[in-house]
This record gives sequence, C-alpha cells and structure tokens, in this order.
Amino acid sequence: MDIIDRRPNPHGKNLENRQRVLVRARAAVARATRAAIDEGTLREVGRDQAVTIPADSLHEPSFHTIFSSGQRQVVLSGNREFSAGDRLSRPSSRGGGGDGGSGSGKGGGDGEDGFRFVLTRDEFLDLFFEDLELPDLVKNQIVATETTSPTRAGVSVDGSPSQIDMARSLRQSMARRIGLRRPTSPEVLLLQTEIAALEETGDAAQRLPILQAELALALRRLARVPWIDPMDLRYRRYTQTPKPSARAVMFCLMDVSGSMSEAMKDIAKRFFLLLHVFLERRYKRVELVFIRHTETAEEVDEQTFFTDPRTGGTVVSTALAELNRIQRARYPKDSWNIYAAQASDGDNSGSDTQKAVAMLENDILPVVQHFAYIEVAASLAQIRGESDLWRGYDPLAHRQPRLAMRRVSEAREIFPVFRELFGRATTAA
Amino acid sequence: MDSSPLYSGTDWDFSTLRRSYDAIERIAHEELGLETYPNRIEVITAEQMLDVYTAHGMPLTYRHWSYGKRFLQHESSYRRGYSSLAYEVVINSNPCISYLMEENSATMQALVIAHAAFGHNHFFRNNHLFKQWTEASAILDYLEFARSYIIGCEDRHGVAAVERILDAAHALSRQGVHRHGGARPLNLKTDQKRERERREYDERVFDDLWRTVPGTKAIVDADPLGERRRRLGLPEENLLYFIEKISPKLQSWEREIIRIVRLIAQYFYPQPQAKVMNEGCATWVHQRIMTRLHETGQIDDGAFLEVLHSTSNVIMQPGFDHPAGGPGFNPYALGYAMMSDIERICTQPTQEDRTWFPDIAGNGDPLGTLRYAWANYRDESFILQYLSPSVMRQFRMFRLLDDTAETTLLVDAIHDDPGYRAIRRSLARSYDPGESDADVQVVDVDLAGNRQLMLQHRTRPGRLLAQHDAQLTLRHIASLWGYEVKMQEVDADTDAVLATHVAGPPAS
Repeated sequence: MDIIDRRPNPHGKNLENRQRVLVRARAAVARATRAAIDEGTLREVGRDQAVTIPADSLHEPSFHTIFSSGQRQVVLSGNREFSAGDRLSRPSSRGGGGDGGSGSGKGGGDGEDGFRFVLTRDEFLDLFFEDLELPDLVKNQIVATETTSPTRAGVSVDGSPSQIDMARSLRQSMARRIGLRRPTSPEVLLLQTEIAALEETGDAAQRLPILQAELALALRRLARVPWIDPMDLRYRRYTQTPKPSARAVMFCLMDVSGSMSEAMKDIAKRFFLLLHVFLERRYKRVELVFIRHTETAEEVDEQTFFTDPRTGGTVVSTALAELNRIQRARYPKDSWNIYAAQASDGDNSGSDTQKAVAMLENDILPVVQHFAYIEVAASLAQIRGESDLWRGYDPLAHRQPRLAMRRVSEAREIFPVFRELFGRATTAA
Repeated sequence: MDSSPLYSGTDWDFSTLRRSYDAIERIAHEELGLETYPNRIEVITAEQMLDVYTAHGMPLTYRHWSYGKRFLQHESSYRRGYSSLAYEVVINSNPCISYLMEENSATMQALVIAHAAFGHNHFFRNNHLFKQWTEASAILDYLEFARSYIIGCEDRHGVAAVERILDAAHALSRQGVHRHGGARPLNLKTDQKRERERREYDERVFDDLWRTVPGTKAIVDADPLGERRRRLGLPEENLLYFIEKISPKLQSWEREIIRIVRLIAQYFYPQPQAKVMNEGCATWVHQRIMTRLHETGQIDDGAFLEVLHSTSNVIMQPGFDHPAGGPGFNPYALGYAMMSDIERICTQPTQEDRTWFPDIAGNGDPLGTLRYAWANYRDESFILQYLSPSVMRQFRMFRLLDDTAETTLLVDAIHDDPGYRAIRRSLARSYDPGESDADVQVVDVDLAGNRQLMLQHRTRPGRLLAQHDAQLTLRHIASLWGYEVKMQEVDADTDAVLATHVAGPPAS
C-alpha cells in the first residue's frame, strides 16, 4: 500500500477546460454581461460577476427517451397510508406527472436550467469591453511601464551592509549581553584590582582563590559571548511600491434642469458609470468630478449628482466654465488623462450655445483626451428634430475628432452607443 | 488481538493513516476474506476533489470544455454551500486509487479507507460486470495515451477540429458500447502500434496525382441489400464503432479520437448498472470493519459514534413525499439494507425467510453468501433475487401505476403478501439498462446512392426520444458521417413508424 500526498501537486488542473467553456459560450456570456447593464445593476459592474447564461449554449445532447403517454409503473418508498387500489391525484408541481426516478424518469426531457457562471473580474470586463479602445492613448502609452519606488517596510534580519540599522542592532546586542550575563569591563577591572590588592597584602587567604575563580569565569564568559554578534544585526527593509502612474480624471457634466426627467437622468447615469468602469480598467487611478448645472453650475458629490432634483433654466456654458476652472486648479494637463462626458437633453438658452461651443473648442477640447456628448431624449421628443446644443456641437464634431456625440432614448441603447463611441475602428492610431 | 487505540482525537497524520490501514486490512482480508487490488491512497484538497469530480473520477483526462462546464457546476454549488463534497472517490484501476480529502477527521479517514479501499475495491475486482467490461490494470496507461494523443491532434489539426469530433463522439457515448461479449482488453502497445501503422499507410499511399484525375465514375454496387448489410455487419447498435470503422469521410486521427471516446465509455458502462450493489457492498464492509475495530478496542467510543452518525447520514432514505426526497432510491440505503438483510437471513432466519430464500436461509455463512452475490449479480438481477419482504416493509415500498389515459394514479401494489412479488419485479426492472437506454441501431447505408445513413430507434408508443436532443445528436452523427442521416422511431412490436428525424451534414 502506498500513501501519496497529492496536496502539493499543481492546482488549477481545470483552468484550461474552464477557458474552453468561456470560449465556447463567449457569445452567450457576452450577451449575459450586457444584459446586466440593461437590468440596471450597473453599480456592481465589475464586482458582482455571476452571470447566468442559457443552458443550451453549453448543452450536451444525447439520445434519451421520455415518457409521454401510455402506462408505466413506479416503485416508491415511504408509504404511510395507501393500500392497494387507492387512487391518487397527479402531483402538479415539482416536475409534474409523478416523474418516476426509475426507468426513463428523465424529468422534463429537453429542459435544463440556466447555467450560472462566476466570472473573475478580469474575465467579466474583458468580455464587457471586448473590442473597445480608449481614444487618444498617448499619455497612457508613456506610462505603460509601471514605475516603482522603494519605501520603508520594517526591519529584517538580512540585507546589505549599507542598510544596517545601528541603533536597533546595538539594542539587540545589549539585550543579548544582559541575557547571557556577559560581564562588563568595569566588573572585570574591579575583580582584577581586588585580586591584586589581596595578593599584595597577603591576608584573607581563603578569599583569594574564590576571587580568582570568579575572574577566570568572567574572562571565559567575556571570550565566549561576543560583544556584537551577527545575529544582533538588523537591517532596514524596503519594498517596491508601484507609483500611481496612469491617472485619469473623468468629468461628468449633467443638465439637471426641470426638462430632464428621472428616466433621462437614469440613462445618463448608466452612461457615466459605464465610462467610469471602462476607465478604471485602463488606469490605476480614476478620479471623478461631478458637475451639475441649471443656470449655474456647481461641483457636487455623486449622491447629490444623481438624486438631488433641481429646477431652473439651462445655461450650458456655466458647466463648461466650471470644468475648465477645476481642471486648471487640480488636474494639470501634463500629468492627468482627462475625459469628459456631458449628458443633456439638448436644451440651452438660445444665446448661450455659441458661447458654449466656443468655450468647448478653445479651452476644453485641447486639454481633454476625449469629450463625449450624449443627448438623452424621451423617445417621443426625438421626433422633434435637432436640439439647440446638437446643432451647435455638430459642426464642431466634424472638425474635432475628440468630440463625439450620440443620441440615446432608451436604456438598452446605452451599451451600443458606448460601443460606437469607443469602438476600435474609431481610434486614430 | 491488538487492543490499543489506533489514534485519539480527530487529527491524523501519515503514520495514523498507515496504522489504521494495517488494522483495517487485517480485518478485511482475514475476517471478511475480501480479495482486493493493491491499494494506493492519495490525500488531496477540496479543490483537487472538484477536479476529480469533473472528470467522472478519472485521475486524468484529455481537455474538453464539457469538463470545464462540470467543474463550474460543481464549484458553484459547492461554494454556495448547496452541496458538500464526497469524502472519497475511488477509481477502478489496478492499483486501486482512493482519494481522501484532507479535511476528514482521523475516524473519517479510517472509514473511507474501509469503504473505498476495501469495499469498492473488492467489488471492482470480483464483480463479473467489471471483470468482463473493464480492464483495471490498463486504464491508467490508456488515459495517459488518450490525453497525449488528443493534445497531439490539437497541435497538428487545431483545437476546433478536435473539439468538433469530441463533441459529436460525446453525444453518442451512450450508444458507443458493445453491450454483448464484453470488452477486448485494452492494450496500450497495440493501440499505439495501430495508430502508427494507420499513419504510415496514409503516408505510403499518398499520391498527389490522384487529385488531378478528373471525376471518377461511381462504382455501381450491384450487391443485393442483404449482402450489403451482412458485409457491413448490420444491424449495429454501437454507433461509435460503426462510424469509426465505416464512416467514409473521416481522417484516421479522427477515427482514433472516436475510438478513445468509445473505449472510455465502455470502461464506464458497468458503473451505473451496479450502483446499488457497489455502494451497498462498500457501506456494509465499512460498517462491519469499523464495528470490529470498536469491538477490539482499536477505536474509542467517540470515534465509533462518529462512524454511526456518518453511516446513518449516508443511508438515509427520504420518503417519496419528503422535500429532500423524491422518486428513486438512495443506492447506499437500498444496498446497505439488502446486504444487512442477507446477513440476517443467513444467521437468524424467520419462517418467512425460509419460504422465500430456502437456499440461503440459516446457512450460517453470511460472508460467503454476500461474496457470491457481489461477484455474480448486477443491480437488476440482485434485486430480483434477494429483495426480501422484510426490506420492502422496512422501506414501506409501494407501486404506482401511471396511466396517462386516467386522471389519477393507481396504487396497485403495496408491501403486503399479494404485493411483494409485483413490487420486486418492477423495482428490478427499473434498474435494467435495457429499459432506460434508447435502443438505437444502424440499419442500413445507401452506399450506392446518396450514402444516407439510416438509423432506427426501436421503442414503444409514448416513449419517443426527446425531440430537440434527438435532432441535435443526429446533427452530430451527420457531421461525423459526412452525409445525410435519417432516423426512424419504430414501434418494436408492430414495426409502425412513429417518428422520423433527418439531419444533413453541416455545410462547410
């Protein structure tokens, strides 16, 4: 008989098979991940990774019979009250039809439940953002190689001599010397002088040998226990910590005036969150700035941004000015990747559009990597034709590839529009 | 007799395992007279146990997405706490490999050794089904060959091409078994040699000129139908075998892959047919051995209580209306009950037992009787032979007649004198693979014409194939066969055609 300990064997024997499942069900899994968006679980995107895909994409067919009509006999256990000749009504629930586990009791025949799948965060996002690319990756490429810097991280018992921590090493040495009762040199000196004095005077003959033995012991200890030992040495330890190299800031601009309904805000929110997850995937650190505006603009936190209702007119240029101010103050162009997304229903006070377009072209577009404008519209309103803002932005978008604009009227259009905006083909490499 | 405890507490180490193993082996071989393959015990983690599950308990397999799917299913239900893992998995091989989970307590390890390394092991080695259909000493080498062969094919022909063949072959694996005549022993050397010769032949006869010959004339097959069917060995119920040998379009490596799937299916063929007996045998053996260890003072009372607790969990039979239950019998419960019952009949028979089992009642040799049963029966015949009224009463069995013409179900037999034989017959029948497996056969090939492959499913009205699955499976056959495939479902009694399915090869 052999006993073999297999626990140290390589793990993850099934990784390869698991990958193949993903490849096989890729289309279905991708559909399921996108369905997660439509179901409005966006806040969890990239975190909650369980998706359910229809079983037929991984179905393994085989020939098997199912009982549909005729007679069959089934033996069951647990009879309490039946006697031969009793008649029972057919159970309706639980697979129905009194499925016998025996014989051809294959239950529902063709039916099979959906297949629940837990994806790792990376797998999920890969599928989610398949074929998408960030526009204008210039800065990102510069910092693609990750830089690290050494930072202090406690002490260790080995290291290079240049990193010896003197104070700590000597403290160790002292503790050891005390612990091992190494005599100090004043003690030895005291003994020696006392012996010398006794030898000279010649009296107290029985005390002399005791002192001599004590001295011998002390000297032996002195020789045995070193003053400083390699085991006392302590070194400063450093670890390499990655420096946040690729940083991005995302400005979310939204019109919260009375003309924006809750449904429209919800659509806008989905778009912002998608963009956020997408940026998080590319950058180590992504900061969010929320700017809402009516006639005036202000920076708010996320909660207020999405939930606090406001009323008033609409002056878009105030939001752009606010963006510009914050960017200059906190996010210098040369060390941040700047993205901005604006959501609006397209209304603007008539005189302001020209100003907004000019501000966008001269102040904002030169510093941002990408500016996405999505116009949310209740589906009926879309028939109305072009909005003020759309008419103003449209010529600019033709001149400036960094400005992208799309219209969305329903939540399920968000992802296709997002894909359009960031699809690989649009990237000017 | 050694009476010092083998271990104390719940912790175990490798010397504990070895001591327990030696004590158990002494009881198994000397007192119970079990004959086993040499054992190999492997300690694994929970994650590795999931791996083992995935591959149907094979220690290694080729790569295929279906294993990944199974892994994900098990993993997800395990992580969510819906199911716990088995304490052990045992492989019918020589040496017999038993996997023990590292989380088990010392008592559970001993119990699992008794259960798997002696109970199952004895059954694998002695049961006639396993002896006929499987070759325990060759399986590990064969799996190794299969794995490396398929990896080789993936390198040469691409994963997708290999996957296409494997998908199709897996769909047919239930129809890939020689049900009669047993298995020819697997032989790795000849398998490798045959594969090499196939390739050499291909290389030798390859002549690029043939490609340039303008349209060859079809040879008119003048053979009468009967002659053709005889030459093709029709009818043939082993679809994979037929396709491997006859399919006109397959490459030699594709044939070899089909053969691998077929042989592995053949290896697993006996398992479901002897599930009740196999589990019953193992449970009875472990219970007996652990009891003996306790009697001789080698395990303490606490450990024995753990054994009793674990065994009674395993042999729980929920009633038909219990939420955790449902139809069907727990093979552990039924098997263990029947084994214990045989022991009782042999040693303390009642008058009833004497009339029902005159040949074994009171023969005073329970071990010999059990060993004989383990060797010579499968579930169906075992139940037909040994299910006693006392077990039927214990399980409170009753029989339902489900007639779709009626609106109600009829209880037509219960555990009483008029009902015993009816119940026993029906229960035995439900374990007959001939009842549950679809009888699909190749009946003809139109070699002279459009090369259509014709299949027949012999069945009864009301028991047709699940339609959607049948269509998908047929498509798989068509992809292997390369031409159209047609299947008729035929009433076995009247030869009336009940349904027809047709699938063409994938357009490529």
